[in-house]
Amino acid sequence: MAFLELKGVEKSFGAVNTIKGIDLSIDKGEFVVFVGPSGCGKSTLLRLIAGLETIDTGTLMLDGRDITELPSSKRDLAMVFQSYALYPHMSVADNMSFALRLAKVDASTIAEKVERAAQILNLKPYLQRTPKELSGGQRQRVAIGRAIVRSPKVFLFDEPLSNLDAALRGQTRIEIARLHRDLGATTIYVTHDQVEAMTLADRVVVLKDGRIEQVGTPLQLYDKPANQFVAQFIGTPQMNVVPIAQVPRLQAAIGAGVPEGGFVGLRPESVSLQPAGQGQVQGRVELVEALGAETLIYVSTDGGAQMVARQNTRTPLHAGDAVGLSVDAANAHVFDAQGRVVDRTRAAAAH
Amino acid sequence: MAPRKKPFDWALLARAVAAWLVTLLIVFPIIFLVMTAFKSELQAIHVPTLWVFTPTLENFHEVQERSNYLLYAQNSIITSVGSTLLGLAIAAPAAYSMAFFRTRRTRDILMWMLSTKMMPAVGALVPVYVLAQKSALLDTTFGLIVVFTLSNLPIMVWMLYSHFKDIPHEILEASRMDGAGLWGEFRYVLLPLGMGGLASTGLLCLVLAWNEAFWSLNLTAANAGTLAALIASYSSPEGLFWAKLSAASLLAIAPIVVFGWFSQKQLVQGLTFGAVK
Repeated sequence: MAFLELKGVEKSFGAVNTIKGIDLSIDKGEFVVFVGPSGCGKSTLLRLIAGLETIDTGTLMLDGRDITELPSSKRDLAMVFQSYALYPHMSVADNMSFALRLAKVDASTIAEKVERAAQILNLKPYLQRTPKELSGGQRQRVAIGRAIVRSPKVFLFDEPLSNLDAALRGQTRIEIARLHRDLGATTIYVTHDQVEAMTLADRVVVLKDGRIEQVGTPLQLYDKPANQFVAQFIGTPQMNVVPIAQVPRLQAAIGAGVPEGGFVGLRPESVSLQPAGQGQVQGRVELVEALGAETLIYVSTDGGAQMVARQNTRTPLHAGDAVGLSVDAANAHVFDAQGRVVDRTRAAAAH
Repeated sequence: MAPRKKPFDWALLARAVAAWLVTLLIVFPIIFLVMTAFKSELQAIHVPTLWVFTPTLENFHEVQERSNYLLYAQNSIITSVGSTLLGLAIAAPAAYSMAFFRTRRTRDILMWMLSTKMMPAVGALVPVYVLAQKSALLDTTFGLIVVFTLSNLPIMVWMLYSHFKDIPHEILEASRMDGAGLWGEFRYVLLPLGMGGLASTGLLCLVLAWNEAFWSLNLTAANAGTLAALIASYSSPEGLFWAKLSAASLLAIAPIVVFGWFSQKQLVQGLTFGAVK
């Protein structure tokens, strides 16, 4: 049986049906990331698990216990908030020991646990400071420390890196990954940043409009997206999804199986540049983004499609140059008019 | 080259003089009161006003002899402190609920509460009097505490609501995740963070309750009269005894003025809700 299980969970705020029926199983020790566009319900789902919102219908089980109706204080979960939510009137040490003091743990155990967490997070010099005397990154670590100290059943992270600058974000992301490796705690992490999702998660749950679109490992989602939404949400730059009508010569390359009004999906690395006149698609270069280690070339095709090609080498091309594109047909994805994945092997066999 | 001397700032002088004049205008009645309290009756009614006189304490002696000042002072203290504490105990949970569990109706409820303060107290005199009489609360400090609490409750709820709204709700959620029940949230997070707001609200209502005269005069007689009643008793059919009246008034307002002086920073902070952040 799964460690954390959601069955048919629904939540509405007034007339707005925010969570429309979620079924999810999470194993012990797993690092699960909820990812999705703004308004998809990922934070709401996290808050439902935390107990900060009540579940309308459905059940929530943790370690064999039904915690659907339990208040947050009794669920044995710890949460790291986006805004850190540290207690401004308490020192770092008091912030971290608050939960243990409430649970009436003896003073020496508290001191030991706080000491250990401070050691892991490099907070020892700051234990007597108050939150307003700390930088953003330090406050974030105190928020994490406050959660670690409790050794909860599940850690909940609500977009913890959103308020940090880019450099600190990368650094803290690595620290969180390291923490998970060392502590092995079950973790649910909410983010809108799919890079965080891809790098931190054991499994990713992609949400849209209150429903789960797909659950899988990061690479499963990347290689085998269940639908067009997931295909375009995961991966930077976005997958090229082009109506087949705009790239007719690709039909032949891909083979049978693209339905009427359907789309072809190609990752930027599956699209390579050819001299003008060669390749399955012709067009003009719109923009070249030279990122150093790789180059992105945005092409406007003759059929009216916009495509992005990615390569590891620099390019002499400029905006306005005519160019041809060839695609790695084996790695092409096919979607029908409703955005559902078309299984090419079955479709080919049917023909 | 020698630095140019700044021209004299006439505008600043004019503003300073104006400020002093306004202050004197406001404070003058109190100054006059203090002066008159230390004059004899004859000196007090002398026309034109005597500015030079030998101060005397005879009025204060008479006030204490004639009426039991200490009883009235005690009643004032009991009713103001009592109604403030009771009011805070009721208003704090109400403000908590309105600040952190807002609904579409929250604003309307707040407005409705405040609207009760817009009605003149005399409009409610008859029903309140009858209720007090039937509940045997006439001329009791408890009866006054109840009335003062209810009078000040709208202001207390409103002020506390404004202060609590400034506390980020995630901090309370964090305490819930840490295992704090409702009381734990209140005790460890809300009260410490809201202490400034609670203190200034409490102080303001203490002052309002102390100075309250209407209900004190109408609902009390010999036992539960507050200092307001004491002062009123000096306007007798024999006429107004200015000096004694002044002495009694001074004794009535002295405690709250001194108290207000020491807590002025909190009071001002509370009244302006930290408007300039």
